[in-house]
Amino acid sequence: MRYSALKILKEGLTGNKGWKPVWREPDPKPEYDVIIVGGGGHGLSTAYYLAKEFRGKNIAVLEKGWLGSGNIGRNTTIIRSNYLLEGNQPFYELSLKLWEGLEQDFNYNAMVSQRGILNLIHSDPQRDAFVRRGNAMRLSGADAEIFGREEIQKMCPFLDYENARFPIQGAIWQPRGGTVRHDAVAWGYARGADALGVDIIQNCEVTGFQIENGVCKGVETSKGAIRAKKVAVCVAGSSSRVMEKAGMRLPIESHVLQAFVTEGLKPVIPGVITFGAGHFYVSQSDKGGLVFGGDIDGYNTYAQRGNLPVVEDVCEGGMAIMPMIGRARLLRMWGGIMDMSMDGSPFIDKTHIDGLYFNGGWCYGGFKATPASGYCYAHLLATDTPHKTAEAYRLDRFRRGAPIDEKGQGAQPNLH
Amino acid sequence: MIIPHPLLGPRDAAEFVYKGDASLINRPDGMTASDDEMHDYAYLRDNPAGEHRELWYHEQGDRSWLVVTRNTMTHDITYVELARDVARASGRSR
Ligand SMILES: Cc1cc2nc3c(=O)[nH]c(=O)nc-3n(C[C@H](O)[C@H](O)[C@H](O)COP(=O)(O)OP(=O)(O)OC[C@H]3O[C@@H](n4cnc5c(N)ncnc54)[C@H](O)[C@@H]3O)c2cc1C
Repeated sequence: MRYSALKILKEGLTGNKGWKPVWREPDPKPEYDVIIVGGGGHGLSTAYYLAKEFRGKNIAVLEKGWLGSGNIGRNTTIIRSNYLLEGNQPFYELSLKLWEGLEQDFNYNAMVSQRGILNLIHSDPQRDAFVRRGNAMRLSGADAEIFGREEIQKMCPFLDYENARFPIQGAIWQPRGGTVRHDAVAWGYARGADALGVDIIQNCEVTGFQIENGVCKGVETSKGAIRAKKVAVCVAGSSSRVMEKAGMRLPIESHVLQAFVTEGLKPVIPGVITFGAGHFYVSQSDKGGLVFGGDIDGYNTYAQRGNLPVVEDVCEGGMAIMPMIGRARLLRMWGGIMDMSMDGSPFIDKTHIDGLYFNGGWCYGGFKATPASGYCYAHLLATDTPHKTAEAYRLDRFRRGAPIDEKGQGAQPNLH
Repeated sequence: MIIPHPLLGPRDAAEFVYKGDASLINRPDGMTASDDEMHDYAYLRDNPAGEHRELWYHEQGDRSWLVVTRNTMTHDITYVELARDVARASGRSR
């Protein structure tokens, strides 16, 4: 069933009785060519591109809960391609290009909104760093502009420009950045994959791997054993827990990131604004709520809730840069578990076990990567070679002295 | 989270800086360790769901390092020791 304006009109006039569930709920088959573990954004996009672009057949996605129950449904929906390093930037630019054509590609309204992203500058060295970053972005084919204070003032008159500690001197602006309706991304990919024959199996937890003579031949699940030629794990915050069942230790710690939404307001915030110096970023959802967040809590956790000191820190950041936020009432807050890697960058790689693949380490920035992560993972699964924009995302990069450390923090996950 | 400091009593976790898995105390000898040992020490973590022994530094307090046993599913803290005592018990001089 394809969606179109005509279809909506027809259904509207006939009591909306013709809509059908957009994906099937099949029982697992005894064997698949490829099993994807984890039905988050990355798992579903991997299945979609594998079936669509690489003509994969006989594919299943196994999800322990319901689709969208993980970070794909918990993030603050920001997309951008504003990285500095060579290992990262071309990958994220590929992702942004895929976002730009996504809704037509999978015929689903994901509310991709390129409303722009503004990263504030408060000092000369920070300006130098952002100019350098902007140049790296443009070299990869992305867009970036450096703004002076006047240009920001026109766009965001409500910011506190004379903050004593962090006066606003300028910003780097990526007009093609923005936000996307996160749940719709999961649903759109799920529907697209299902239509291409992918079995999406919910409430099916992978509890172990069938590894025979160093080769992965399938998985154990809460719905019984399932054989597969290839098993592709992408379980985000659960990466260490799942890969431990294959005897692997990962360069990853799990941390919680909190997010906040206010009551709905009239449109006040034009794009996405980040105040990195004050650990605060904000955008406004199409429903009107101010969606904001800040730093991770900073300790290992699998509890999908954080602690109060970070709530205070984030709100202080908001009050410092945008005092008007103090008038808005907070409606909801929640946390999601992130796979923080040792250099702040992800992995899309084979493991040392034949037939077992790993995708993870997305930290707090994997939503924007959803299309490219799926595309490159599908490329790896189909061809057994990394996609050219994901060549740096190898599990052995620390051993080779080739980390991709955007912040230059070293092997300390809570600082990335 | 409130961390029961062995010397100072209950303290707000916000006074501390978090380092990570307490096994970081056992740094291999850089002169004799193999590349693999050094790599695994620096970059790989158990990252368990459940009981976790971890290092917290009381930066805004008495500046001691603590080994805190905390459950990563519930945030319950069940045991706190001075990291110095843990290191000495494993044969280190400090
Ligand atoms: C509060 C918050 C804000 C964020 N904001 C942004 C942002 O603005 N921009 C951005 O780019 N990124 C953001 N992120 C990060 C982004 O959400 C994640 O990096 C990304 O969603 C992770 O990939 P995923 O969608 O596949 O993960 P998930 O949706 O978490 O998918 C993993 C799935 O694996 C399943 N699973 C786990 N174990 C098993 C098992 N044993 N068997 C079967 N299934 C299993 C889980 O149930 C889950 O559904 C944010 C994250 C959080 C928490």
